[in-house]
Amino acid sequence: MASFKPTKVQVLPKLGEKVTEDTLYWRNYKSPVQMKEFGAVKKIDFSPLPPHNYAVTASTRVHIYGPHSQEPIQSFTRFRDTAYCGTFRGDGKLLVTGSEEGLIRLFDVSGRVALRQFSGHSKAVRVTSFLSDGLRVVSGSDDMTCRVWDIPSGAELKTFTEHTDYVRALAPSKLNPDLFVTGSYDHTVKMFDMRSGSSLMTMQHGYPVECVLLYPSEALLVSTGGRYVKIWDLLKGGQELVSLKNHHKTVTCACLSTVDNKLLTGSLDRHIKVYNSSYKVVHDFDYDTSILSMAIAPHDEVIAVGMTNGVLSVRHRKHKKVNETLTSRRRRGPSYRVFVKGKNFVPRQDDFLVSKPVKEYLQKHDKQLKSFEVSKALDTALQIWGRTNKPEVTVAVIMEINRRGTLKNALAGRDEQSLSKILNFVLKHIFDPRFSQPMIMVGDIIVDLYKEVIPQSPSVERLLQRLMDVLGGETELQHELLQVLGILDTLFASLTPRKEVAALAAPPVDQGSQLQAA
Amino acid sequence: MVEKSDIRVVRCGGSKINLRPSVFSTDSRFVLCASGDSVKVYSTRTEECLHSLQGHTNQVTGITLNPANHLQVYSCSADGTVKLWDFIDGILIKTFIIGYPVFAICVSEKHEGIIFLQLSMATNSKSECLQLVAVHLPKSAEQEVEAKELSAVCSHISSNPSCTALGRGGEFIAFARHLQLNVYFFRKQKTYSFSLQATDKKGAKNAFTCVACHPTDDCIATGHEDGKIRLWRNFNQKKEYTYSTLHWHHNAVNTLCFTPEGTHLLSGGIESVLVQWKYGADNKKELLPRLGGAILHIAASSDGQLFCTSHSDNKLTVIESNFKVCGVIQGLVKGDDVLTDLMIDPRSKALVLNGRPGHLQFYSLLRDKHLYNLDIVQQEYIYEAGLDQFEVVKAVFDIKGSWLATVEERGRKSSDLEFFLKLWAYDEKTQSFVLNTTITAAHTDRIISMCFSSSEETTMLVTTAEDGQFKAWCQGADADTQQDQNFWSCDFVGSYHNLKPTNCSFSADSSLLAVSFQEVITIWSPETWEMLTTLCQPPGEIRDLCFGRLSCSKYLLSTTNRNLCCWNLLTCALEWSTSVEVSKLQPDPLSENVAAFSYQSKHTDLFVFKPSEPRPLFTHKNVCSEKVHRAVFVPQEEPLNNCDESSQWLNRSQLYFLTQNMDLLTFNQATEEDRMLSSSKRLVIDDSVAVTPFYLLLGKHRQQQQNLNTPSYTGADKPQQPQGSATIKELLHTPAHVLPAASVLCSMFVNSLLISKTGVREEMESSEQEMDSEKEEEDSEEEMEACDSQQELRAQGSVDEVTPKLSKAQEKELKRVRKTDFSWMTGLIDSKP
Repeated sequence: MASFKPTKVQVLPKLGEKVTEDTLYWRNYKSPVQMKEFGAVKKIDFSPLPPHNYAVTASTRVHIYGPHSQEPIQSFTRFRDTAYCGTFRGDGKLLVTGSEEGLIRLFDVSGRVALRQFSGHSKAVRVTSFLSDGLRVVSGSDDMTCRVWDIPSGAELKTFTEHTDYVRALAPSKLNPDLFVTGSYDHTVKMFDMRSGSSLMTMQHGYPVECVLLYPSEALLVSTGGRYVKIWDLLKGGQELVSLKNHHKTVTCACLSTVDNKLLTGSLDRHIKVYNSSYKVVHDFDYDTSILSMAIAPHDEVIAVGMTNGVLSVRHRKHKKVNETLTSRRRRGPSYRVFVKGKNFVPRQDDFLVSKPVKEYLQKHDKQLKSFEVSKALDTALQIWGRTNKPEVTVAVIMEINRRGTLKNALAGRDEQSLSKILNFVLKHIFDPRFSQPMIMVGDIIVDLYKEVIPQSPSVERLLQRLMDVLGGETELQHELLQVLGILDTLFASLTPRKEVAALAAPPVDQGSQLQAA
Repeated sequence: MVEKSDIRVVRCGGSKINLRPSVFSTDSRFVLCASGDSVKVYSTRTEECLHSLQGHTNQVTGITLNPANHLQVYSCSADGTVKLWDFIDGILIKTFIIGYPVFAICVSEKHEGIIFLQLSMATNSKSECLQLVAVHLPKSAEQEVEAKELSAVCSHISSNPSCTALGRGGEFIAFARHLQLNVYFFRKQKTYSFSLQATDKKGAKNAFTCVACHPTDDCIATGHEDGKIRLWRNFNQKKEYTYSTLHWHHNAVNTLCFTPEGTHLLSGGIESVLVQWKYGADNKKELLPRLGGAILHIAASSDGQLFCTSHSDNKLTVIESNFKVCGVIQGLVKGDDVLTDLMIDPRSKALVLNGRPGHLQFYSLLRDKHLYNLDIVQQEYIYEAGLDQFEVVKAVFDIKGSWLATVEERGRKSSDLEFFLKLWAYDEKTQSFVLNTTITAAHTDRIISMCFSSSEETTMLVTTAEDGQFKAWCQGADADTQQDQNFWSCDFVGSYHNLKPTNCSFSADSSLLAVSFQEVITIWSPETWEMLTTLCQPPGEIRDLCFGRLSCSKYLLSTTNRNLCCWNLLTCALEWSTSVEVSKLQPDPLSENVAAFSYQSKHTDLFVFKPSEPRPLFTHKNVCSEKVHRAVFVPQEEPLNNCDESSQWLNRSQLYFLTQNMDLLTFNQATEEDRMLSSSKRLVIDDSVAVTPFYLLLGKHRQQQQNLNTPSYTGADKPQQPQGSATIKELLHTPAHVLPAASVLCSMFVNSLLISKTGVREEMESSEQEMDSEKEEEDSEEEMEACDSQQELRAQGSVDEVTPKLSKAQEKELKRVRKTDFSWMTGLIDSKP
């Protein structure tokens, strides 16, 4: 005798993005905290020392925030013009900034007044940084030069004039105190050596370079500019490794996650993309406005993003709560001893063993289906939906009842309350492509069954009216989509060269809707 | 040498075992059922088939135990004979020739020497009216007797044999037809008839569907089309009869059966629920649900401990009286139609086709045994007439048997078609297929055909559908994510001028894919998904496509409803074509041969040919009278080596095909069949000897003998069993109750094990035995005859010692002689070493 086969709940994959470990990792952030700055946020830099405060450069100020503070714990405001690129030194004690007027200021993090001022640039200093020995400051300016300054003496050590346009990107090497990489609007990325006094290698990015970034191993270099992110292999003399085109506007900033060196890029198209080690996009953060700057705290605890409208958005990583373990301990079922009771009993030789049949557990709706109580089963399934808000089980039960040919019976003879419950369910899921077929069927049957008595109940009538409205809207939308498809078809047809290709792969839109492989 | 005529069409395996109710032996160790033209004896404990009682030449239509001897069984057949068998030993005892096709049989203890048969006297078999006839069996010692004493009991009975039942030990007979129940009392020689209204007020259908009589009480139970069961009492008069009604079934009651004590009534119908009603306490019932297909018949053993239900899915279920299923005997399930092709599982070499609703069945053709069912749909089957259920419509294996693709479909008749494409992976651990991927909307319309690529490394599935597209499916086509490697997804979608594709096929090395679109064949490269060329030979839509194998791999064969074309793929030109309507084209996977079934002027012909030469290798006209749509080549267990040209194609694989009447037929060679028979016979004997210390002793003895005998048998690949051991086997196999006393046997037996040294002693013993055997001969005349013939054979056997191979006739005789009892006795004489 075969046993009752429970209703098979189809688990359909969500279309589009696939859930991987990476997405789970990057999804694990709290909703962002937003702070308003006075102007577009140009630069964010995390202090390398715990508690990892971060300096935010916006307008004429540099604010230093604590990791969880909503208000700046420190601010440097004595700029006459726009400040640029507040950057911490490797020990987190000093901060260097450039400014519109061409001055470079050096601050003690705890003080207010500048310790040093380096003057010499004729135009705005957009990028500043410390070299890794911590004793020299390197700066890039709109006067097309890069200069290196000595902190103790305040003197200019060297000037590099190889760039032919604004220098807008700078990355000092962390392993060698004499090396740094600059990117410029002349479409080149250059690596300079203090000792030789000239560039070691030049890479053609092809677009004005907005940001350069060195991997911790310093074998790879990332440059962003235009819509492109390019990875260069420095050990092969600056050979291009990959060119990524995942943004549709200028990529303004890039940084590396500190846990496993995942590359993150932010762009004016309001997205931050996270790449895996093979440079495929694994996650995507969406922001309200164009992104100018971005930084990530050690251990990926905080992601701070600055935008053009002066909003600083900070996401904190979620941590498992401690009290969760407490509740789980309290909820634990019967103790281990209960389960093993009698399990290790060894029957003696002349014992007669009566084996107990294994009791199979059925869900409540399956039990009702087993005894052919379809109406009750439908009610139970709707309750499940109310509890878990997951429509799969309910739809599976509806399909099962339909397969038995008794869907009409299950839907008939209902009162206002239960009918509106079903209608609500239909309304909510009729546009989910996975469920629309059975939902339309249910809707049809309800209209057929109750068309005489609908006017008696205003609430049901309202629901049906809403159903009609949304259906109308959907058909209109579909109509428009078809038109767009038609336009695309003509475009594709004119683009493809006249070749004897009989078949062309279906457009991706089409394929996506058809492919629902479990 | 093998003649051409030696290849013949043979019906093979998988007959219906649910046509008539099965019968329990009195000790309920065996259950007997009619299976095609034979009666099969199954063990109730092990569910193994012990004997197949063969001898009828047409469908066996009824079996019943002989009331005079409970070790014998009567069987009647549509060939117009009734045969009496000893079912324990599988021996035909007697044949009664009736002369008319018989449709059912019943017997009772009160009517000794009389059997009741339902037969149609009318010459035209169309008329449904059957007659119930009492036949006096003539007492004659002959094997074949003509039974002439027929006396009609009643005419115009229902063609459904379950509408007739003998009641209360044979006092009366009840038979129902349409709306009338008739009861005929033998003693009074009077018939009472009771009729019901066609429909009552509620519109219930009252027609009778089955009748059962209480074994001790005056009560008749009748089943009706609306699911009611009526219990009739007081029916031995015209007026004052009464009936009570039991109602649980929602569809027609197919069968009713009282337990032998009469305490319970069992009923079954399409719901596949066995209902047990307590007799006397109406409406007290027990249910046993989900037994399988619709219940067609119920039988109860004489001690009431076991019930046996026959199901519409060709299954017998043995149920204990406490309502526990204790055994299932499953035959080859053949529904109304085989929707999937006939396939061969590359691993088990089992025949695979759709069986029970929503299942694929694996059937071993060699052993004629059902192996297992694979649940494809995995949904509760609702037993309700007219409900549209999911059916497995397509299935295909990949070349190694590690993947299985299935399509299940629902709502073909109505507009809302639902179908799923499922991919199953073979799991080595559980030795069965495990669901890997379900694709819910593989195409927007029905899938017409599908095939796996034949390459060993990468598996690819191609499906063609009525929406004008064909799709290629690959394992882990989007390999971004590491976990999803094993799942299948769409790799390519192709179409050709929006024509409807009809068939698809991969070449032997799967470097080419051919997809036919109505009249056009398109050739694609699966590597790049480029269309390489198109081939077209109008007119006619292309039906079948297949690539040649091995040396003929450059050819592509296609069939339309008019002609068969062969394309050369190197020149992309038509190599040859003939105008013949091919209904099924089947390539042999192990050779170049291709079999084509063509249907012309109401009969089907078979051609076997190589694509490279248009002259067929083998032609068989008039294979059968129906169209053949399903066929399959089954690899031979061991390759034959026929050198004859016409039978060479059967060397590597055997061709099975299915006619529209759902008969599974095959081509067979006579010699081969004999070989099979003898080997299987030997197998049975060898297996049935349990490994006991006794057996080990015997086995040693046998080995010794074999060693002695080997020099003379070096030539033969399978030496004939030495006579001595064979006789001991006979001794072991003869039922104990027919053996002489153990004290008589013991000394003989022990002596037979000894290695005697002197010829004098041997002579003495043999004379002793002869005395014994003479004693036995006095027991019965028949046996003496048998012994005589045995001795004759001995004489021949001594001649045969020189040439070990017996002629066919002799072998048959030997077989027949072996069947008779006590033949081993004479053999024992010769067994002296």
